[in-house]
Amino acid sequence: MAVAAQDVIWAEPPKIGFWESTYLPAILTGLGITTKHVINYKPVTLQYPEVEPDLPVHYKGIHRLNRDEKERVKCVACMMCATACPADCITIVAAAAPKDDPLWVDRDKYPASFEIDELKCIYCGMCEEACPCDAIELTHIYDVTGTTRSEMIYDKEKLLAVYDETKNHPKDPPRTHRGALSGTSEFSTLPPLGPATPVLNDDRSAKAPTPGVIRPTH
Amino acid sequence: MTLNDWIILLLAMAIPMHVILGACAYLILLERKLSAWMQDRVGPNRAGPMGLLQPLADGIKFILKEEMMPGHINKFLYVLAPGITCFTALFAFAVVPYGPTSSEPGVFPFIIAPNVDLGLLFLFAVGSLNVYGIILGGWASNNKYSALGALRASAQVVSYEIPLGMSVLGVILLAGSMNIETIMNQQIEHGFMGWNIWYQPLAALLFFTAAMAESNRLPFDLAECEQELVGGFHTEYSSMKFAMFALGEYVHITTLGFVLSCLYFGGWHFPWIATAESAYPGAWAVKVLVLLTKVFAVLVLIQLLRWTIPRFRFDQLMGLAWKVMIPLATVNVLMVMCFKQFGWDPMWMLPGSLAIFICAGVVGVQSARSGRSLAAAA
Repeated sequence: MAVAAQDVIWAEPPKIGFWESTYLPAILTGLGITTKHVINYKPVTLQYPEVEPDLPVHYKGIHRLNRDEKERVKCVACMMCATACPADCITIVAAAAPKDDPLWVDRDKYPASFEIDELKCIYCGMCEEACPCDAIELTHIYDVTGTTRSEMIYDKEKLLAVYDETKNHPKDPPRTHRGALSGTSEFSTLPPLGPATPVLNDDRSAKAPTPGVIRPTH
Repeated sequence: MTLNDWIILLLAMAIPMHVILGACAYLILLERKLSAWMQDRVGPNRAGPMGLLQPLADGIKFILKEEMMPGHINKFLYVLAPGITCFTALFAFAVVPYGPTSSEPGVFPFIIAPNVDLGLLFLFAVGSLNVYGIILGGWASNNKYSALGALRASAQVVSYEIPLGMSVLGVILLAGSMNIETIMNQQIEHGFMGWNIWYQPLAALLFFTAAMAESNRLPFDLAECEQELVGGFHTEYSSMKFAMFALGEYVHITTLGFVLSCLYFGGWHFPWIATAESAYPGAWAVKVLVLLTKVFAVLVLIQLLRWTIPRFRFDQLMGLAWKVMIPLATVNVLMVMCFKQFGWDPMWMLPGSLAIFICAGVVGVQSARSGRSLAAAA
């Protein structure tokens, strides 16, 4: 359908004056800006290996598998994370919990193997959101590397080791009651997280008692 | 020639060549540091204190790097091209003074080839040969992007050669000589107000711009743009051959700094501390330092301009050369001819240059407006 004539807005190119057409004022202004940066030299870069970045609390680094109160893997092998994963990097083999073992007597199902390909992962955090029992969480660890691809496929033991390493780190508080099995996160006891992006004052998340946490308005 | 003369001759050649090659390595460091400071970064700071050993590390890296030789190239021209770039850039420096020049036997001449009456002509002839290195390199690489970069370079250099030569024509007419030493010494005799910048400011601006285009510096570096040409004429080059292209470019802009200082800014002259009369002990060192300071200022300005002006589009580049700079340079030469012919006071050249510049601006604005109204009518 043709656009009606009154709906068309003609944009005129701005008129170029005398000084603009000589280029000189623009060049001099630009030189002033570049020189100002040289004189008021305030570098914004970090000297990375010596100075580590101060990451926000909600930084999404490599995963960890949380432990419950009996130090077992908290995961119940429900496959929610593997289903939610857009990069298809989580592989879980579920198994029935060994009922004859007194340690596992209150559990029905557990992951016999839990593998995350950290090279495939896009660190979106959707596994963390999908998990009904807060077993999988993303940590602040960002500087992982390996010499082979298979080294970067994290298995259950490695993911549990990440939990042991990070559980007491101030950047990585367990998002729910430490040790409590299942049950979704309790918002009221969450440590206050800053919003990932600046929020407007009239935004729902800004009015919430815990900044960045959106509550339903009913 | 006595043995003493030979030693002086060899020293006069060896010192500037080695100083320039070393200085170019540090110019690259300075450029990287300045770029970093302008962009609120730190810049190279790992090799040595404040990164001062970075040029050394770069040099070692360039020499030790594997030398890739693609299979589809014209080997002879491929190897020859960086050599030509480097050689012509260094060769052009032969007629450039780097201190209080003298052609008396037994005195350090502060110029490699003293008393070359063709001076400027030689400089432009050899300096523009520089583009052969780029064209041969781009063509011998047998790569269409390299060839495109080389073609752009040749078109650019052919265009800017004209305003470059025309802009110095005024100075040559004023001095009545093409010998750079003569032009420099005439300015020095007349003191601070004898500097050619007071008589030829427009020509100095044109010369500076054209020489930057000639040496393929930003914002005129269309021959080597990463975005559309994968690097340009030196895409297929690696290790020391690549470094030689970069070296040639830096020697070229160093020469430009020296020539600009000698032709328009009075060479080694500076009021009170380095004049024609100053004969205190160590005066020669002060004079050399004054000249080097001027060259350094030009080089820093070039590097500041690099991050100030965005790259030209190719039609803008050609338009600037053919529609703006060549007419302006021609009118400037015409003005100098009138002053010489009718014996007018040369002090009116400064307002004259400004008037030419303003007229050109007005003409530009008017033609742009009429062009737009024509387009609107159509």
